[in-house]
Amino acid sequence: MKAIYLDNNATTRVDPAVVDVMLPYFTEHFGNASSAHSFGAEVGTAVKTARQQLQQLLGAAHDHEIIYTSGGTESDNAAILSALEALPDRNEIVTSKVEHPAILSLCEHLEKTGRAKVHFIGVDKVGQLDIDAYRAALSDRVAVVSLMWANNETGTIFPVEGLAELAKEHGALFHTDAVQAAGKTPISLKDSAIDMLSLSGHKLHGPKGIGALYVKKGARFKPLIRGGHQERARRGGTENVPAIIGLGKAAELALQHMAEEQGRVRELRDRLEKAVLQRVPNCIVNGDRHDRLPNTSNIAFEYVESEAILLHLNRGGVAASSGSACTSGSMEPSHVLKAMEIPEAALHGAVRFSFSRDNASEDVDRVIEALPGIVEKLREMSPFWAEADKKTSDSKPVFA
Amino acid sequence: MWEYSDKVKEHFFNPKNAGVLVDANAVGEVGALSCGDALKLMLHIDPVTEIVLEAKFQTYGCGSAIASSSALTELVIGKTLAQARAITNRDIAEYLGGLPPEKMHCAVMGHEALQSAIADFRGEVWRPLHEEGALVCKCHGVDAGVIERAIRENGLSTVDQVSAFTQAGTGCTTCYEQIEDILARVASEVAAAQIVEISEEVVSSAATTQAPAAPRAGAVNLFTAAMRPASAPAPRPPAPVRPAAETSPLSPASPPSAGMTNLKRIRLIEETIEDLRVYLRKDGGDCELIDVDGSNVLVSLTGACVGCQMASVTVSGIQERLITKLGVPIRVIPVGRNAH
Repeated sequence: MKAIYLDNNATTRVDPAVVDVMLPYFTEHFGNASSAHSFGAEVGTAVKTARQQLQQLLGAAHDHEIIYTSGGTESDNAAILSALEALPDRNEIVTSKVEHPAILSLCEHLEKTGRAKVHFIGVDKVGQLDIDAYRAALSDRVAVVSLMWANNETGTIFPVEGLAELAKEHGALFHTDAVQAAGKTPISLKDSAIDMLSLSGHKLHGPKGIGALYVKKGARFKPLIRGGHQERARRGGTENVPAIIGLGKAAELALQHMAEEQGRVRELRDRLEKAVLQRVPNCIVNGDRHDRLPNTSNIAFEYVESEAILLHLNRGGVAASSGSACTSGSMEPSHVLKAMEIPEAALHGAVRFSFSRDNASEDVDRVIEALPGIVEKLREMSPFWAEADKKTSDSKPVFA
Repeated sequence: MWEYSDKVKEHFFNPKNAGVLVDANAVGEVGALSCGDALKLMLHIDPVTEIVLEAKFQTYGCGSAIASSSALTELVIGKTLAQARAITNRDIAEYLGGLPPEKMHCAVMGHEALQSAIADFRGEVWRPLHEEGALVCKCHGVDAGVIERAIRENGLSTVDQVSAFTQAGTGCTTCYEQIEDILARVASEVAAAQIVEISEEVVSSAATTQAPAAPRAGAVNLFTAAMRPASAPAPRPPAPVRPAAETSPLSPASPPSAGMTNLKRIRLIEETIEDLRVYLRKDGGDCELIDVDGSNVLVSLTGACVGCQMASVTVSGIQERLITKLGVPIRVIPVGRNAH
């Protein structure tokens, strides 16, 4: 039985074309990009090409606005800590309650250690930011605003360009965690008010352990990792050259495939949602119906627990997620769904299906075939289902 | 995804005794929708022999919750109530060939449902052990209330000590930081309470016995603070007691000594203070141990320490070092040489 992978927001398969361009940089082109001799110069040129490929993906004005990092988490940490250091007369951070742990954990730590006051802005039932609360939190005490471009669990897209404009009115730096958005939705930073943006290679069919932080030319920046003069002294450490080359290629391919992902992948996703909602009562699609990543579907099944669903799906050869991969080791319900005030009966029953350009129509068929029976079996075992208020879903997605 | 044993998978995918037991005469219900897991255990018990004849369950929860429920029913069928009562969460986990440490709470849920059902059969009301705040150690089902009580009642100061008393933190260890936070908070609260207690004792003592010599101007410490006339400037608050894991320049890391005799404890206090006197003497001051009264260590500051603006810092430093050495809350109180 062919295994079906629908957990692409956790990580993606490295594109074979990406692997191909990386391999020579382990063997043939092994020079240090910082070396002055020909071994290094050749590699340095390739690293620059990758930077330009990322520049294209992000619609950035200059390639030197791209800093290579070890991934999204490092980029996020560098952005926030840089802002606090660069603007020492400001000690407040504005972020949202639905950010990735790479932001939330850091902000909670900064608050706990007294280094910053953090405003955690709430969201509505579809995961959109409470704009009034956001405006109220902004002031000339805010060093940095960090708001994600697209949510990793629900796919809800924040209007970050506009949110950045508001932040600039108060002189705050604006950072966006675009780890899920990069390569899936158009980004153009050139004329935006966004100062910093994080992305990660393995979310867009590139290798793991490589990412980038965009820092707009002129934006104040202090390095997180100090050492040598790599990355124009903005991130010390010998460049992970094969991964950088792979990241560049992945960015190029993502740009090429974006139109497809906006169309074909969206159709796969929508067909799955429609069929599940038709066949399974008492479930909810979480996220913004209109502003949502085309590849992400988060469906909450009332009165069953998501891990039980996932185990059955996995046995049937389908890999999905109970939410963010980083928190799937936790017994706590998703902080994103909690912030969205998803009904208690559904809070622990959310399953995330995330597609990529590797998925085909047959993958959706398999899920549609398996899922209703799994949910029914588990509900029969649930002490709450017999007393539940049964709702029959129609073919339209029932958004929270 | 968790790594489950084959037996866990077998009991999850093909659970035994799932469903409703119509003629149940003992029902135990634990968990809730809001918690993400719940178990309703239904037993049919022979009222004469008290043997469990049938057992069924309904479970809302993860794979290990369902597997634990299934295992529990298999374990309990055919047993007398006395035998059933002795079944623990570890028995359930062992029956399943083990559970991931993070999933031990599922077996705990099974154990609790069984105790609840037995209580129901006896016409009693069963109360869960962990109903005192947030669950901290999910592996062993230990909540914040249990940990806090253990810390207070036993004077615990390290995570290892908490683990020894409560089992919290002996599984996946992801709750270490939470335990440390509780330790720090309780230590701070204990210290604050002791300050109030000591101040009250000193004031009370002063009212009934001959008052000690008037404090020197500028001398700021716990004792003088208690004696301070109303018109005197407010004293600096004493430094909070840090958890034992933290050290100050005056308190090099040393393992706490639990369960020692009074004599050994006093000797350790003497030695610790003697070590510190070397440094104080270099600065023209000195500190002498006067008495040890329970958790109160009475010292006399002399030389440059007397009237020094940093006297309270010195006292806090001695106190921190003693706490680190002994591993229990200690309050250092500066007194006159003739106080005792």
